[in-house]
Amino acid sequence: MCLGIPGKIIDIYEKDGVKFAKVEFGGIKREVCLDLTPEAKEGDYVIVHVGFSIQILDKIEAEETLKTYKEYLEKLEENEISL
Amino acid sequence: MKKVELAHGAGGILMREFIEKEIKGRFKNEELNKLLDSAILKNKNKRIAFTTDSYVVSPIFFPGGNIGELAVNGTVNDLIAVGAFPEFISLSLIIEEGFSFEDLEKILDSVKEASERANVKVVTGDTKVVERGKGDGIFINTSGIGFIPEDIDLGYHRIKENDKLIINGPIGLHGFSILVARENIKVEGNLKSDTASLLELWKALYENKIEVHFMRDPTRGGVQGVLNEIAKESGYDIVLFEDNLPITDEVRGLSEILGIDPLLMANEGKMIFFVKASDAERALEVLRGCEFGRESKVIGEVSKSGGSLKLLTSLKVTRILDMPYADPLPRIC
Amino acid sequence: MKYLYEFREGSKVKLIIESIRKICKGKWTIMEVCGSQTHSILSAGIDELLPENITLVHGPGCPVCVTPKEMIDRAISLSKMKDVILFTYGDMLRVPGSKESLFKAKADGAKVKMVYSPFEVVEFAKNNPDKKVVFFGIGFETTTPCNATTILRARELNLKNFFTLIAQFRVPPAIEAILNDPFNKVQGFLAPGHVCTVMGIEEYVPISEKYNVPIVVTGFESFDLSQGILLLVSMLERKEKGVKIQYKRSCKPEGNHKAKEVINKVFKIGDLKWRGIGVIKNSGWVLKEEFAEMDANILLKEYFDEIEETKEGCVAALILQGKKKPSDCALFGKECNPLNPLGAPMVSSEGACAAYYKFKR
Repeated sequence: MCLGIPGKIIDIYEKDGVKFAKVEFGGIKREVCLDLTPEAKEGDYVIVHVGFSIQILDKIEAEETLKTYKEYLEKLEENEISL
Repeated sequence: MKKVELAHGAGGILMREFIEKEIKGRFKNEELNKLLDSAILKNKNKRIAFTTDSYVVSPIFFPGGNIGELAVNGTVNDLIAVGAFPEFISLSLIIEEGFSFEDLEKILDSVKEASERANVKVVTGDTKVVERGKGDGIFINTSGIGFIPEDIDLGYHRIKENDKLIINGPIGLHGFSILVARENIKVEGNLKSDTASLLELWKALYENKIEVHFMRDPTRGGVQGVLNEIAKESGYDIVLFEDNLPITDEVRGLSEILGIDPLLMANEGKMIFFVKASDAERALEVLRGCEFGRESKVIGEVSKSGGSLKLLTSLKVTRILDMPYADPLPRIC
Repeated sequence: MKYLYEFREGSKVKLIIESIRKICKGKWTIMEVCGSQTHSILSAGIDELLPENITLVHGPGCPVCVTPKEMIDRAISLSKMKDVILFTYGDMLRVPGSKESLFKAKADGAKVKMVYSPFEVVEFAKNNPDKKVVFFGIGFETTTPCNATTILRARELNLKNFFTLIAQFRVPPAIEAILNDPFNKVQGFLAPGHVCTVMGIEEYVPISEKYNVPIVVTGFESFDLSQGILLLVSMLERKEKGVKIQYKRSCKPEGNHKAKEVINKVFKIGDLKWRGIGVIKNSGWVLKEEFAEMDANILLKEYFDEIEETKEGCVAALILQGKKKPSDCALFGKECNPLNPLGAPMVSSEGACAAYYKFKR
C-alpha cells in the first residue's frame, strides 16, 4: 500500500488546468499528477504513489545515504556511530 | 450453490484441485494421469504427442500479436515440451454473430503465418457461430500432433539433482502486455507479447545432442506456478536465483508501479529447459545461436529431494516461492 | 531503475547486517510499523540474517488489514445498488467482509472496478454523469493527500455523481496505542518512510519523548531497512531517544507542506475503528462538513452490524498489535491460509500472516 517508486520527469504539461508530468520508470512512461509537488521540474526524480508525485527525490541525500554505510564500518573501529 | 470461479482456470491452486478431482477423478488413464504438456501415445513402436488448448484471450488483438498466432504457437510449444516435432494441428473456431469479417481474416492470416513458421499443417477443423451476446468475439481451440524421436525420453522421472534450469529470454512479457491492453493502463513503452514458436530452439538442442531431461513453457501461473507444479510432481526442490532472472526494463518498471511480480505473469514464447549440469554451457551456446534464444540464461537448478520451489535472494537467503492462488489477471491466453 | 536498484544491492546490505551483528550487545524488540516494510524485510530475508538478540515485531501499518469489516460490507452494498459503480484499489478486492469479498460480489454481478490512480475515478465520473461513482478511498497518510486532491478536483468540476467511502488511518495514534499497552515489549520503531514523507516527523517527536523510545524513519528497499535497523540498534545501545531519518532522499523533517495543506482542506481528525483492534481515538481522517454531500454513506439506507465477529482461534488482533507472530497462531497455514483467510492479515499481500505464509513456511 505504501508503494512509492522513484521516476524521472521527462515532460511537464497542463491538462484541464491540472499540472501533470510524463514520468519514466525503467522502460515505461506514465502520467503523474504534480499537484502535490508543484515546484518539480523536468529532469527531477519524484516519488510516485497511486499516480501522484508526493515528493521530489533529493539526489544529494540519495548519494549520501549510500556512502554512509562505509562511514559506519570505519567508525565501528573507533566505537563511534552516528548518522 | 457452488459456482465456477475465474481462479478455476488460472493455472494456480484452485485449477489444480479441479483437475485432480473432476478430471483425473473421472477420466483415469495412464497418459492423462501424467498431466504433461502433451499426452504421449504409443502405437506399436512409434510415440505420438497429442495436445489440445483453447484460446479465450482478451483483447483479441494485443501488442505483439493476436489470438490466431497465439493459438498456433501455444499448441506447437506444448508438443515441443514433451520432445516432439510438431506436424499437424486442428483449428476450431467459435465466433460470435456480428464479429468483423476483416478481423476474422486478419486472425486467419496470422494462423497461416504462424503455422508456416512452425512447420505444421492445419489439417482439420470446425466453425461454429453463436448468437450475438453469447460469445465475446471469438474463441479458438487447436489440437496438435507431433512425433517424438526414438532417442528422446523426457519426463519428471528424468529430472535429477543438479540439473540446471535454462530459460530462453526475459519473463512476463505476454502477461504484462495483456494486462496493459485489457485494463487500459495508460503507459508508454516498448512492451509486447513474446508469442512465438520455439521449434528452432528444440531442433538446435536435439541436433547438438544436448541432454535435456524436461521442458515446460511457463504460460498461465507464470514461472512461479509452473515450477511449483514441476517441483511437486518430480519430488525435488527447485531453486531459482533472484539475481539471474532476465527481466526487461519495461517489465521491471511496470511491476514496480503496479506491485505485480513478473514471476507470476504468463509467457507465450518461453521454455524452461531442465538440462544435465555438464551440458548447461553448451546448451546456452546453442540456444543463443537461435532467433528466440539470444538472451538465454541459467536461472536456477534442481536441488535435493523435497518438492518446493525456492528463491535464492540477492542476500543469499533462501525463501519459499508458493504456488499462486490465481493469476493477477484472468484470460491471458 | 535509478535511485531504486542501488538500494537493493545484496553485497551492500550484507555489510550493513554485519555491522549490526558487531554493535548489537543487548536484547532488543523493535517494530516495523508499515506492511510494506514487513514485506520487504521478509522477501529479502533480512530477518533471517539479523542476530538472534533482535526480535522483529510486525506492526499494524497495513490499511487493507485494518479497514473495518463493516466498511467492506458498505462498499459491497454500494456496488450492488442500481446505477452505482464502485472503484477500489486492487488490494481491497479479496478482503473478506462479514459474508463475502468485493471480488466475490463482482463475480456475482456487482459493479466493482479496480483503479490504479484515484484521478481516473474523477475522469470516469465526469464522462458518465448518469452513474453514481463511488471511490473506496482507504490508506494511511501516504494516500490521504492523493485522495484529498481527488475529492477537491471532483468539487472543482462540480460532479454531483461523485461519492467517496473513506477509511483513512493515522500512524502516530496507533504507535501510542501500542506503547500504552501494559504488556508492550516494543523498545524502538521503524517508522514508515512514505507516511513521513507526507507528514514529516513532527508528530513522532513527542511520542519518542513521552515513552522514551527511539524512532527511525526508513525507506522500503533492503538497504534502507537494514540501515534503519543499524541506526535504531545503535540508538538503543546508547540509550538514545529521539527521531532520526534514514530515508533522507524522500523524507524531510517538515514533510510536504502542499500535501498537508490539501489534507486539511478536505479532512479533519476523528476517531476510527481498526479491524481487530477497536476504536483508537483521533486515529483517522474524516470528511469535513463542507464535503458531507460526497460521503457515500448517504446513499446507504441499511444498518450495518458493527459487532466485531472474530473467527474462533484467529489472533489477528494480537498480530496487528505486534503481540504475537503469525507462526504463533494455531490456525496459521492450516485452516487459515491465503485461499481461506480467517483474518485480514492473511488477505492483504502486506499483512503479516500473508507475508509469513509466502516467505517463511
